[in-house]
Amino acid sequence: MPDHESRPIVALAEAKKHFGPVRALDGVTLSVAPGDCIGLVGHNGAGKSTLVNLINGGLAPSGGTIRFDQGDDALTAGVRSVFQELSLCPNLSVAENLRISHSSLPRIGWRKPARAEMLASLDAIFPGHGIDVAGDVEIERLTIAERQMVEIAIGFAPRGSEARLVILDEPTSSLDAGIADQLLAHVKRFCAAGGAVIFISHMLGEVFEVASRIVVLKDGRIVAERATQDFTRQGLIDAMGHMTSDDASVETARQFGAEVLRTPEGLSARQGEIVGLAGLAGHGQAAALARFYLAKTSTWRASRTSDAVFVAGDRARDGVLPLWSILRNISIASLKLGARAGLVDRSAENEMAEGWKTRIGIRTDDLTRPILSLSGGNQQKALFARALANPAPIVVMDDPMRGVDVGTKQDVYAMIRAEAARGRTFLWYSTETEEVCQCDRVFVFRNGEISAELTGTEITEENILAASFEMQEAS
Amino acid sequence: MTRLSRYRILLPVLSLAILLAATFWMQPRAMSYFGLNLLFNLAVPIALATIAQMMIIMVNDIDLSLGAFVSLVACVTATFLHDTPLLGLAILAALILTYAALGAMIHALDLPAIVVTLGMSFIWGGIALFILPSPGGASPGWLRSLMTIKPPMIPMAIVAAITIAALTHLLIMRSGIGTVLRGVGGNARSVARAGWPVIRLKALAYGLAGLFGVLAGMALVGLTTSADANIALRYTLLSIAGVILGGGEFIGGKVSPVGAVIGALTLTLAASFLSFLRLSPDWQIGAQGAILILVLTARLIFSRRGAEA
Repeated sequence: MPDHESRPIVALAEAKKHFGPVRALDGVTLSVAPGDCIGLVGHNGAGKSTLVNLINGGLAPSGGTIRFDQGDDALTAGVRSVFQELSLCPNLSVAENLRISHSSLPRIGWRKPARAEMLASLDAIFPGHGIDVAGDVEIERLTIAERQMVEIAIGFAPRGSEARLVILDEPTSSLDAGIADQLLAHVKRFCAAGGAVIFISHMLGEVFEVASRIVVLKDGRIVAERATQDFTRQGLIDAMGHMTSDDASVETARQFGAEVLRTPEGLSARQGEIVGLAGLAGHGQAAALARFYLAKTSTWRASRTSDAVFVAGDRARDGVLPLWSILRNISIASLKLGARAGLVDRSAENEMAEGWKTRIGIRTDDLTRPILSLSGGNQQKALFARALANPAPIVVMDDPMRGVDVGTKQDVYAMIRAEAARGRTFLWYSTETEEVCQCDRVFVFRNGEISAELTGTEITEENILAASFEMQEAS
Repeated sequence: MTRLSRYRILLPVLSLAILLAATFWMQPRAMSYFGLNLLFNLAVPIALATIAQMMIIMVNDIDLSLGAFVSLVACVTATFLHDTPLLGLAILAALILTYAALGAMIHALDLPAIVVTLGMSFIWGGIALFILPSPGGASPGWLRSLMTIKPPMIPMAIVAAITIAALTHLLIMRSGIGTVLRGVGGNARSVARAGWPVIRLKALAYGLAGLFGVLAGMALVGLTTSADANIALRYTLLSIAGVILGGGEFIGGKVSPVGAVIGALTLTLAASFLSFLRLSPDWQIGAQGAILILVLTARLIFSRRGAEA
């Protein structure tokens, strides 16, 4: 444990959390002092979310202690959390959402100060954000990136006291690069002014940029805690416990078949091709995919064997059937294939799901457990299994790697390439340039339209960025 | 004001206006102080019941016992409140507290509200029959005079509807606690994370529903002067229809008190309108349903357009 001159805002000693036999957190000792910016990394299921929930009071520890320097609970100690899964009330306006977490607003005439506080906070973190606070727009009318910005702004807003420790769980997953940079700059300012931040991200570049100290979690324990400058990228990845396959991406020129799809926007793909949709978040990529997919499948005359399958990125909204088991969640898209006289063939269903479980590496010993018992990344693997188990020739993926760890990503990339080699076509929307660079052809979207089509060696970060930003055209 | 929230209130207003115009066209004599009072008199208890239902729908639940509850309140009002006012008030207060307790129980045990309230409807109905086995009772004098008061210019029914709409709008849409209650419907987890005891908020929402249910029953007795254990059974579905007609949605905490009152007025008016059309009562329920479907279709089209824009 490094020494701190000032008293820690929160100190955990041997904190444990068990869910039945599962040891989500197995004795963690950590203290966060004013001015700290802690980068918290670890692969999916390492216990990051559990740790966050222990600190913010969402869960009670099964053992060990959690102490705050002010008061007994996280709220009075000024601990705020911004969650990955967007926890605003979609039916309320920006100011009304602040009202929920700000109880010391005046009883009468609270709207004006609430709007002013939100506007000040948004302006401070995201200058030029363009979110209409005064118009009382409901959150559900905002884009996913704007919602994330509002949520972050509420986290940093004073709310009657002051934010002393802000926990950011994957805050940039829905933000594009420019806005993410604004956030990182604000985090640095905040910590320099004596605040503390716990920063959780799968984007190691961001962690290296903002964190003063990096804590690596693995299987519910802290396996490394050092100042950021003592880590190298490779060292960090090794500490998380992943074998990163050397990026000797085998770029053999593959042969593609005939064109299998073409949409009114100009999106097209050939058989066996991996087609990427890139550009800044929220510029019409997801909408284009949804239009294409729904037109292919959700019609009266949808045939028994579908033309396309869908991998959801917004798991809670589009993907997971929360009441069902892992098995059912995997088999739902291909039930009709093994069915006889309209009845599901149970043994074939089991066999298929078990096969995909091992192929894709879903971490569970029992597929009949509820899907929500899996960590987010493993749920996502189950969704991949659902889609790939169906032999449909076209696979549509809507930013499917949101919140997925590095190791899983490598596995999935390999699987996608293997499936493509067998003649399946992939439509892949991604907010991460690294993923887009895995594609054979990339369409860059801007303002709902395709602004560039890149192939082969043209697919570089610079080219994608150039096509994503309007200013490049002026020259 | 966004486009959508404008539509949300615009459509109930529009449907009421169209129906009102059609009624006046059919029956010009309704266009008077007396005529309006007659048309909308029975809308007051329905509006109160609709507000009660709205409180429940606001927190993502639904109340299938409301009609039986209002009937029970009517029976209590026509007997205990008339004969022994203190005991009557105590019973009504206990009923409100029971509603709040139901809300807390539904939340604490994570029960489906639809099942619990369906069960409760039989309990309310049983107690009501126990209190008043055959139609009868009498309205307390003060209640009768309150409901039949004749304000200058604007009929009582309209004044009451506007008052109910204004007060509940302040409570639900403008006040801090109303915002938090709607937040429970929108995303209960986020409200809980902000440090609010969701169980108390749910109890509050159900308690408010109980309060407005009691007011509905009392208003009904004030108008009809007597009660019956089955007097308000149709309020259950009428109140749900009123909330939805008024721009509310079943989930997501999206409700509008002003819309709910307008929805209740529209439903009451629809019944009168169909009578003016000399439609046989056998067809009336079906026709009411057709009006409801028509309005909801229009709303869906509007909101789709709004989402596209």
